[in-house]
Amino acid sequence: MAKLEQVGHSRLRKEGRAKVTGAAIYTDDATMPGLLHGATVRSQVARGRIKGIHFGEGIPWEDFVIVSAKDVPGENRVAMIVLDQPFLADTRVNHPEEAILLLAHADRVLLEKARAAVTVEIEEEPAVFTIEASLAAATVVWGEDNVFKKVSIRKGEVDAAWASATHVVEGTYGTGAQEQLYIEPHAVIAKVTAEEGVTVWGSLQCPYYVHKALKHLFNEPDDRIRVIQMETGGGFGGKEDYPSLISGHAALLSMKAGGRPVKILYDREEDMVATTKRHPSKTRVKTAFDADGKMLGLEMEFLLDGGAYVTLSPVVLSRGAIHAAGPYYWPAVAIEAKALATNCPPHGAFRGFGAPQSLFAIERHLDVAAARIGMDPVELRRKNLLRIGDVMATGQVVKEAVDLPGIMDRALEKLDYHGRKARYAGSNAGTDPIKRGVGFAVFMHGCGFTGGGEAYLASVAGVEGTADGKVRVLAASTEIGQGTNTMFSQVVAEVLRVPMDLVEVQQPDTKLVPNSGPTVASRTCMVVGKLVQDAAVGLKQIIIQAGLLREPYTADEFQAAVAAYVAAFGSLKAYSQYSTPPHIVWSDETYQGDAYGTYAWACYAADVAVDTRTCEVAVTDFVALQEVGRVINPTLAEGQIEGGVAQGIGYALWEKVEWRNGRMANAQMTNYIMATSADLPRLRVYFEENPNPMGPSGAKGIGELPMDGPGPAILNAIQDALGTDAPREIPLTPELLMDCLEARHV
Amino acid sequence: MSEKMALKLQVNGAERTVQAWPMARLLDVIREDLGLTGTKEGCGEGECGACSVFLNGKLVNSCLVPAVQCNGAKLETIEGVSPTSTDGAQLHPVQEAFLRCGGAQCGICTPGMVLAAVDLLKRCPDPDEEQVRDGLSGNLCRCTGYVKIIDSVLAAAKSASPDGAKAVAK
Ligand code: FES
Ligand code: FES
Repeated sequence: MAKLEQVGHSRLRKEGRAKVTGAAIYTDDATMPGLLHGATVRSQVARGRIKGIHFGEGIPWEDFVIVSAKDVPGENRVAMIVLDQPFLADTRVNHPEEAILLLAHADRVLLEKARAAVTVEIEEEPAVFTIEASLAAATVVWGEDNVFKKVSIRKGEVDAAWASATHVVEGTYGTGAQEQLYIEPHAVIAKVTAEEGVTVWGSLQCPYYVHKALKHLFNEPDDRIRVIQMETGGGFGGKEDYPSLISGHAALLSMKAGGRPVKILYDREEDMVATTKRHPSKTRVKTAFDADGKMLGLEMEFLLDGGAYVTLSPVVLSRGAIHAAGPYYWPAVAIEAKALATNCPPHGAFRGFGAPQSLFAIERHLDVAAARIGMDPVELRRKNLLRIGDVMATGQVVKEAVDLPGIMDRALEKLDYHGRKARYAGSNAGTDPIKRGVGFAVFMHGCGFTGGGEAYLASVAGVEGTADGKVRVLAASTEIGQGTNTMFSQVVAEVLRVPMDLVEVQQPDTKLVPNSGPTVASRTCMVVGKLVQDAAVGLKQIIIQAGLLREPYTADEFQAAVAAYVAAFGSLKAYSQYSTPPHIVWSDETYQGDAYGTYAWACYAADVAVDTRTCEVAVTDFVALQEVGRVINPTLAEGQIEGGVAQGIGYALWEKVEWRNGRMANAQMTNYIMATSADLPRLRVYFEENPNPMGPSGAKGIGELPMDGPGPAILNAIQDALGTDAPREIPLTPELLMDCLEARHV
Repeated sequence: MSEKMALKLQVNGAERTVQAWPMARLLDVIREDLGLTGTKEGCGEGECGACSVFLNGKLVNSCLVPAVQCNGAKLETIEGVSPTSTDGAQLHPVQEAFLRCGGAQCGICTPGMVLAAVDLLKRCPDPDEEQVRDGLSGNLCRCTGYVKIIDSVLAAAKSASPDGAKAVAK
């Protein structure tokens, strides 16, 4: 692999200085003259018909801006995949946090009092709160059968596999909701005037999603809507679709307030109860193996709880279903997947997007199966891991030279898996109440949008020359902590052979940047980074053709040429648009074809200590080894993996959402437990680089990958420690583990 | 209801007086009345540490402190950690280390983390990894998994010791 000037080096985070000094401006740090604060009155009832809204005594209501569904100028539905979710409920509610009324006032204390003084009278109707109840459809809460979306993936004849199998192993697995818990809650400021139209500043991942939603809400043309992303304090998917809703709310209030700006800021509790979480799942797995452990067939039913409205559930389901077979060669596959409606707030995008749920099921199941068959889980996987030329569940042929057995062996080596397993087998036989174990998971994560998604988006990104001869990146892809600014700068500096400080990144503003698509799906580096790289080459060609620059050039010559071009012609811009490479073929009808252009591949291994008295589990060592194409910036890339693994460990062990009638009951950081620095071991991250032609300088996507592995690796380690395959659900809280152990003793 | 009171504070070395409700949270006084938005709110309930500041030299969660308790107090916020830092001239060694080691991702926890780290290094100038893990456990970060934050603090400790000065310097 050739050494590069910029790519592959841990360049400092572009906006790092502003962040360490506290100078970076997040949405709540901004203020404007005449600013009002907005608040949301919610249903509190899971399902029912709105009978009336009552305004209590003692509040100067005439001083308040009040907005209800009647005030909506355009479409009262959030434009996403299906137009079903209202900005404001008009006649009925479908979950307990549904917004019904909006209030604004300059005084936040009075505003809170006013919100508490509004009562909404709702005639309750039967509601559905679980996957099982939704599937049974005794009560139908959405469409004809509660099913938002169905996906079937078929390969070969799975029924034939049962007959020829030596071993058939079945199991059921479950994962819980997961709260996003970005440390900056949702925040937005909106200003709506007759002259300028609608402008929104917010903490968000996808400026053009918000743009589209506001266009429909206000029934205004593209150029009358402007969305600007402020510094964003974490996203993880939680700021993918919800900002459309909250931006609409703030904008409606500003419109009604005659153009005064309105800020809506959720406090932690409101953010936790009302905004999107990871979809809970239930997966039934049935597998067939021959006498040597060769996989013969896989049957899976993969079910997601989508909450009350469709939002992103169809695409989350799609990614989950496609990843469900894991990185294995199965001659026959039958996967049936459904996203189901319940009366919880809609579940949404969260790092991994369906894949952590289905990969948990398959990777956990393989250790259950290995124990049943009496095989070593390493050897069982080794016999079946995908190799070049193998056909995946969707018919996609593995074309890249991936070495999965090697990835697995090297990760296990780093953990000293075999050594520790042998030692723990000895020590666990003693009387020490602390039992230790090791476990792992092998998995992949598809880079970029699923199936035809990238072709449909046809994203555009660009670069422009500035008057002082610098190059500025123009993309709607947002910096949310993952390093977009730095990564784009490195890619451009590399391809133009100039220093990093000659490259700037435009803050995403729909008035100034093209639609490079949403900041999701591990696509920003691989897909948008490549577009930015191509655009930069285009910009260079323009100045060369204008006779202002000749190869080879120095950085000073380049800068002078850009400045000269801008001085002479007024502006210098170059764009690049995504088009699907001809070798990528996909059908949404049959779910057959190249589901992703490429995948990141990984093996994660965990060492755990289980206290059998308290049923508490400590992760004592963790290895995350992955093949991710070329690493653009090692420090940022490691940071992505470490942060994702920490979220994954929390998902596996501690992060439990307690539901009461569709509402999160533990909506405080005090009783929804995420990892502190004292709860985690040093997470050990290793990259193997195998440059892939899809991305800039050979990079692939990495943002979501680390969410997929910790859950199954940790539960497999617990199986090893305790000698029982009973733990099949996450989060595996001490209470749940205690139940598993008691069940074993009866 | 009581009246707004005159609140005298020494803020990052300068005398300031603001009018505040006695039960206002110190956090709001800092962000709204003093206009120092580097101090963040992550939870408002004393769990996340994003609102950490030094009050009379002691690290506190400013979301839990009523303004009335602060009259005459000495307050130090992230903006005061390195007075020349906002114009880009110089960073505190802890800030420098966070920048170099990748200790900040989305950055929303960073001001609180930096102050918690400064506090830890005052009490314990040469900590080992376990001491850093314990010392920062009151500050939540959702982005980093803490590895690079811990490395930042360990690097800052080194740079402050005579032979480590070069490790973090430019
Ligand atoms: S905002 Fe004060 S501790 Fe979280
Ligand atoms: S860097 Fe985002 S919360 Fe710490």
